[in-house]
Amino acid sequence: MTWLTWRQFRVSALAVFAVLAAFFVVLAITGPDLVGRTTFTNEDTLYVSTVLAMYLLPAVLGVFWGVPMVTRELETGTHCLVWNQSITRTRWLATKLGIGVTAAMVAAALLSLAVTWWASPVDALAAAEPEASLLTRLSPVVFGARGIAPIGYAACTFVLGIAVGIVLRRTVAAMAVTLALFAAVMVAVPLLLRPYALPAVEESVPITAESIHRIIGNESGLEAITVTNPAGAWVLSNETVDSDGAVATSLPDAVQGCLPPPPGDRDSAAPPPPDRQTATECLAQLSDLGYHQRVVFHPGNHFWPLQLLETACYLAVTALLGWFCFRRLRHLS
Amino acid sequence: MMALRAKGLGKKYKRKWALRNCTLDLGRGHVTGLVGPNGAGKSTLLNLASGMLEPTTGTIEVCDGVPGSGPAQLAKVGYVAQNTPVFAGLTVAEHLRLGAALNPGWDDALATARIGRIGLDPAQQAGKLSGGQRAQLALTLGIAKRPELLLLDEPVAALDPLARREFLADLMAAVVEHGLSVVLSSHLVADLERVCDHLVVLADSQVRVTGEVEELLATHHRLTGPRRDLDTLPADQQVVSASHTDRQTTVIVRTTAPILDPVWTVGQLTMEDLVLAYMSAPVPGRPALEVLR
Amino acid sequence: MIEFHLDGRSGLSPYQQLVQQVRHALRLGLLREGDQLPKVKDVVTDLAINPNTVLKAYRELEHEGLVAARPGVGTFVIATLGGTTLAALGPLRTDLRRWLTKARKAGLDDESIEALFLTTFRTATSEKLA
Repeated sequence: MTWLTWRQFRVSALAVFAVLAAFFVVLAITGPDLVGRTTFTNEDTLYVSTVLAMYLLPAVLGVFWGVPMVTRELETGTHCLVWNQSITRTRWLATKLGIGVTAAMVAAALLSLAVTWWASPVDALAAAEPEASLLTRLSPVVFGARGIAPIGYAACTFVLGIAVGIVLRRTVAAMAVTLALFAAVMVAVPLLLRPYALPAVEESVPITAESIHRIIGNESGLEAITVTNPAGAWVLSNETVDSDGAVATSLPDAVQGCLPPPPGDRDSAAPPPPDRQTATECLAQLSDLGYHQRVVFHPGNHFWPLQLLETACYLAVTALLGWFCFRRLRHLS
Repeated sequence: MMALRAKGLGKKYKRKWALRNCTLDLGRGHVTGLVGPNGAGKSTLLNLASGMLEPTTGTIEVCDGVPGSGPAQLAKVGYVAQNTPVFAGLTVAEHLRLGAALNPGWDDALATARIGRIGLDPAQQAGKLSGGQRAQLALTLGIAKRPELLLLDEPVAALDPLARREFLADLMAAVVEHGLSVVLSSHLVADLERVCDHLVVLADSQVRVTGEVEELLATHHRLTGPRRDLDTLPADQQVVSASHTDRQTTVIVRTTAPILDPVWTVGQLTMEDLVLAYMSAPVPGRPALEVLR
Repeated sequence: MIEFHLDGRSGLSPYQQLVQQVRHALRLGLLREGDQLPKVKDVVTDLAINPNTVLKAYRELEHEGLVAARPGVGTFVIATLGGTTLAALGPLRTDLRRWLTKARKAGLDDESIEALFLTTFRTATSEKLA
């Protein structure tokens, strides 16, 4: 059965690993250039493509490895042939799952290793300089493209592809459904679940001229300010809070004059806006008015605990999906 | 040791019964023909016997074991499905390798000899074989695993006459050489006449008649005579089907006693007549007719 | 060695046809004492028929004392047909002529005579074999 599974699987497997190998070569060539760079933007093409590749891989594994493993046999009827050759359905599925999940996890591990290695200078830069507005490795999108979490995604999506294939039995429909579910999960987890996986740290930062980071406003006046993010952290909220602890929806009138609204076209005779130093010193009055900044965040050292937790959860779901597949197998014909 | 034993076997899909009240006893070493209209339950019965489906009601035992219950049981039963699926991407030789890898009782010498005799090229991709060659390959996989019972679901439907004859000849040779029991479903009554010594007629998801072919043909008669009421027939003559014109009655009866009434003209039935009579007969009030060995 | 064939329209079951063909071959001298009948496997492969059919035919012939089975070797002819039956042909032919004259006198045409003969013959044959 191992031989048969490999014989049927080898083209898809080799295709994916060949593409990965080519990608590794590109990363190996460009990697050393990043060391020691002090400027970097998140729009860099190669950086974006590494993040994309990390999310594309589990999707490809689920859709092009997982789904066809089951649906191609069901659609051509070859399962009738195999299941009557003295092996049970359980052994048939177990072999396919075993080989597929292992290959998926290996592919994801290799890609994650390569990308994490390649991006380590950038991640270090982002952690060291919060002013640079670079995405840290804890930020939602980048988190799933680092460390061991992609291994969990790959294993889970692969088994999801098999489960959907068993339920729907048609290749194209199963591929579409697997892709849709994968996308939904990849959006929902960072948004709804990951922030609460570990208790976040809450810090109260006094508002001073040095700590103010951004001033947000529009034509009707100043709305909010933010303070500098802690180094390497994933900030969940950065809000101005008054002395009672309530969130301020807009800044009090006393400080509205610190930074006048931008002039409209009619008002060309208005005075030029004050420089940053004056504005921040003016806004520092907020402290005297009893306001402080409340920052809720996951510090940089939460990275590995969150990674472990997330990978463990995905692997648990993988096991659950696997159990479901074996249960459902009995009803196939 | 029975090849197949079913008691009250039934299978329901959503709301429709594909097979109902099926009670059969098929002994070893026989070739049993399974005949009936499309949708009568032939494929369902074969799928239940091979373990591809699970029964909704009743029980089925094949070669004294429950179908599909583990590798030992699977090794006893061979199944060639309708349309004889093969792996299009694998070559003929790789199919044999598949058989060897997955079957503990695989007879490689037999398989290779058979492939050679049929004239298949081992390096040819199975997807490029003709219908007849695919059927022969599927049959080779079924026979070389050395089962005790071979189930065939309309294996010759898509074959030309020569290919069909060769397929059946090979099948019969395997029956002689290995003592194989066979259950074969087909529409072609002429083929069934040649190769089967047992017959099962299915219609409307139920078994209409089952028994040894010789015995069935000897005990069924066509009686033609002047028009009369069927209630006047003796009790031991079981009416299978009847038709009347204003002057004449033609009735097909089943009886072991000789027909003494001189008013009848007694005729023999061919297997086709017998099958047609049962396929078109109305459903009997009670469950399937009694088993005959 | 003789070769069997099946006639789909002969009205006889396959095994009856095989028996008939052996007897016919014996009568014609195509099979002599000591000749071997075709092996079951060869008959089955040539004709694509059920082996039990062939076995039943050979058993029938054995029952009639015409052949004998030697386990592991084959089935061999041990007696011939002919001789005694040839002598009885003359009187039988005369009896038949008389019956035909009677049937014609009773008003039966050719087809009716043939129908009467065939049905009686078949019923008598199946009663004898059953």
